[in-house]
Amino acid sequence: MKAKFLVPLLLFFGLAGFLAFGLTLNPREVPSPLIDKPAPNFRLARLDQPEQTFALEEMRGQVWLLNVWASWCVACRQEHPVLVRMAAQKLVPVVGLNYKEVRGDGAISTRGMALEAETTMAIERARRWLADHGNPYLLSVLDIDGRVGIDFGVYGVPETFLIDREGRIRYKHIGPITPESLQTQIMPKVEELRRAG
Amino acid sequence: MIPELGHFALILALVLSLVQAVVPLVGAQRNSSALMAVGRPAAQGQFFFILFSYFCLTWAFIQSDFSVQLAATNSHSATPLMYKITGVWGNHEGSLLLWAMSLSLWTVAVTVFSRHLPDAFLARVLGVLGLVSAGFISFTLVTSNPFDRLLPAVAEGRDLNPLLQDPGMIIHPPLLYMGYVGFSVAFAFAIAALLSGRMDAAWARWSRPWTTIAWVFLTAGIAVGSGWAYYELGWGGWWFWDPVENASFMPWLLGTALMHSLAVTEKRGAFRSWTVLLAIGAFSLSLLGTFLVRSGVITSVHAFATDPRRGLYILALLVIVIGFSLLLYAMRANKLMGGGSFGLVSRETALLANNVLLTVASASVLLGTLYPLFLDALGLGKISVGPPYFEAVFVPLMTPVVVLMVFGPFLRWKDDELLAEVRRVAPAFVASVAIGVGSAWAVDHLTWRTALGLSLAAWVVLASLQLLVRRLGERAGASAGSRLRSITASWWGMWLAHFGIGIFIIGVTMVGSLDRHLDVKMKEGQHAELAGYTFVFRGAVDADGPNYDAARGRIELLRDGRSLDMLTPEKRVYLAQGMPMTEASLDIGVFRDVYVSLGEQLEDGAWIVSLYYKPFISWIWAGCVLMGLGGVFAAADRRYRHLAARDAAAAVGSRVAA
Amino acid sequence: MKARSKRLMLVGGGVALLFAAVALVLSAFQQNLVFFHTPTEVSEGKAPTGKTFRIGGMVEDGSIQREADGVTVRFAITDTARVIPVTYKGTLPDLFKEGKGAVVQGRLEGGVFRATEVLAKHDENYMPPEAAHAVEQAQKAAQTLSQ
Repeated sequence: MKAKFLVPLLLFFGLAGFLAFGLTLNPREVPSPLIDKPAPNFRLARLDQPEQTFALEEMRGQVWLLNVWASWCVACRQEHPVLVRMAAQKLVPVVGLNYKEVRGDGAISTRGMALEAETTMAIERARRWLADHGNPYLLSVLDIDGRVGIDFGVYGVPETFLIDREGRIRYKHIGPITPESLQTQIMPKVEELRRAG
Repeated sequence: MIPELGHFALILALVLSLVQAVVPLVGAQRNSSALMAVGRPAAQGQFFFILFSYFCLTWAFIQSDFSVQLAATNSHSATPLMYKITGVWGNHEGSLLLWAMSLSLWTVAVTVFSRHLPDAFLARVLGVLGLVSAGFISFTLVTSNPFDRLLPAVAEGRDLNPLLQDPGMIIHPPLLYMGYVGFSVAFAFAIAALLSGRMDAAWARWSRPWTTIAWVFLTAGIAVGSGWAYYELGWGGWWFWDPVENASFMPWLLGTALMHSLAVTEKRGAFRSWTVLLAIGAFSLSLLGTFLVRSGVITSVHAFATDPRRGLYILALLVIVIGFSLLLYAMRANKLMGGGSFGLVSRETALLANNVLLTVASASVLLGTLYPLFLDALGLGKISVGPPYFEAVFVPLMTPVVVLMVFGPFLRWKDDELLAEVRRVAPAFVASVAIGVGSAWAVDHLTWRTALGLSLAAWVVLASLQLLVRRLGERAGASAGSRLRSITASWWGMWLAHFGIGIFIIGVTMVGSLDRHLDVKMKEGQHAELAGYTFVFRGAVDADGPNYDAARGRIELLRDGRSLDMLTPEKRVYLAQGMPMTEASLDIGVFRDVYVSLGEQLEDGAWIVSLYYKPFISWIWAGCVLMGLGGVFAAADRRYRHLAARDAAAAVGSRVAA
Repeated sequence: MKARSKRLMLVGGGVALLFAAVALVLSAFQQNLVFFHTPTEVSEGKAPTGKTFRIGGMVEDGSIQREADGVTVRFAITDTARVIPVTYKGTLPDLFKEGKGAVVQGRLEGGVFRATEVLAKHDENYMPPEAAHAVEQAQKAAQTLSQ
């Protein structure tokens, strides 16, 4: 074997190394700047009782998940059965943040639509969706204009935040929760936070 | 139940592909004809099961079985039947199944048409193809099972991406995949030859028709894809140099080099090492293309189709397949040296130069495609490499290729006189430059790029005609008919494909230099002017389809006061995904297309309308058709069948003797 | 010609070609790379003036305005921290909407970004990665500031 015939092989390995490195650069996995920081506080109308509000500090003392969803989000439909099963097994409380229910939907133009009309429409759509697919949430709140989502650094739906007893964000899951990610990433962290006291 | 059957069939196909991979290879090593004979039925059985599996998946789409996740996310009960069927491959999982099916189809074709091959050689070819197939089927099953259930089922599907609901999308992916995957046959032949140590002219002759047919499919697939982008994306571009396109263009460039290198190896026995490397390279780039598109390393916009596990799996596959091939090459390459010697001025040299240039061009596309990834990996910032880079690199690299491409066939094999040949084509060359510069001036666009493009096109056309005349003049005294008949199909194939490139260059140059574009706000009754045409907006009406709502504009096209056509561009909103879509409307002509698309509707009822004038754009695809046709002619040459019959006789003879 | 000198010429030709190709690629990179900047970087003056670059972010709610000709559009692009005004003449992509991610390519001219190309996201859930990157950066910066 002459050394020069190895050149193509070496070139290829160099390239493969780069590609392997490129794989680790999943643009979805950007670490959230909010990790280990107090979650931005919010007070929003509840989906089930819009005249009442819910605030983040009401969950103080619990380890819980904030799941960002919307009825127009395709991937939410994918993760929803996982959430429903989680709820049935009472693994961990999940609060839903219904994100831009109406204006996030590409099919609807909200131009000239009053906020009340948009809210009514959002409630109707979100409730119907939960009725169709099951409601795994302790409760859901309405983020009509997406302000709270922006505070949380949400840039796509679904995303899920793990929040500890002191109200700090400890983990951010981007994209749909799969049974696998629940088992290997989210639940171990939940257990750890619970043990930590 | 049917999806489970499909899933089970796919598992059986995987088992058979492993049998096809292992048993014949072992048989070839031990010289056991019983073991080698397993390859053929295993390959055919595998094809049957994949086909069955594919039909099961299609059935779920046709029946709108939304308990199958893939159907739920890529189909809709109101989708037209045609798009239910094509929706099967309009997604990651289904397109992988299509990939595996094309590979299996190619393998079966090898078992049917290669009866003349020596048993040991065929066994090795089938073994290699079986390995690749096992890799892809297991990839599908492990990371991307198309038969995954969605329980409870949803009442209605999310529908196929509206961009893909188009006739072009019906044929583009199958053609492209047949091309991509077709290079696996050339690859398997090269690996089988390396394994057996038999690297002679016969090997090159066996590979040639397969390589050419794969190249024809790839050419057709790329051309259809570009045509689809032209009329479907709504702004009249035909090539964007985006990573997905580059992924198909790189194997095309290297495949083109491979075809030519194989010709030299067959005729003259030279370049064997080069040919093997190109065969490995063309297939590697097909795999790499699959990796780039499927792993999301580059086009991460495709949201959840990107799963790092998938990327890792394909990368591992890539490393195993290509790594082993190149290692094998390194071990055996010194056996490949030598072969027919040739002079510095010879057809061999011309072909070698062009092959090097094509390889460099392919590498530069690869570099441009991966460079953003490299910089990102090194933390040097986020960039994008756009069409200007590719054009800046490609034009200077391709110019000598085109010049040599039509000059090469004038040269004799082995050795020739440079001066005599140059003198022969000099008039055509001078005339081409004059025609190029002159016509650039005549169309009032005298830039160096336009002049260069038109000169090159003129050179291809003139030199090709001169070559034809010379070829016809070779048998002096014979009748015209017998002279024509004396030209082989593969010669016509070469001539047509090269001529097609000339036509292609005319299209590219003209549309690149002279296209016109105007965005304008129009109300009913208003008109606009572009490139001598008048466009009158005749209002917009509702035109809802089965799974979308649409507004259809009516725009009358006039020239010199005469009405030519009523163009009807549409703005659609697909109901299931709420996705807006622009459907352009075209008035197609030989020397120009007029292209109109609707933008937004404004509050006062007016519309933004985009008007385009695209001179000679159909010549781009006409050129591709000629290239493809050339490939068909070349592959259909009777010589391959005659020699195949002779090889078969020889093989039988040797078996009897043994 | 002797075999040796023939070989030398072939190899020499190959090497010359390789150098030419490398030079070509490098100069093409030099001139045609389009860098990407976030609105924050642009407002801090880190983006080049008179050179083409890209900005990613979200289209600010309520910022889209059309001029009387109908085809000139003004809007603002933001990473939630800073806002950059953009003008663009032409048709906008189908998925271009207020509050959604977009990437614009063009030049800075007098504090306004004159876009020659507007790219929107490819599906209804996610932003183009560059737009997402910009928002992410701004969040990170906001976080550091508040500490």
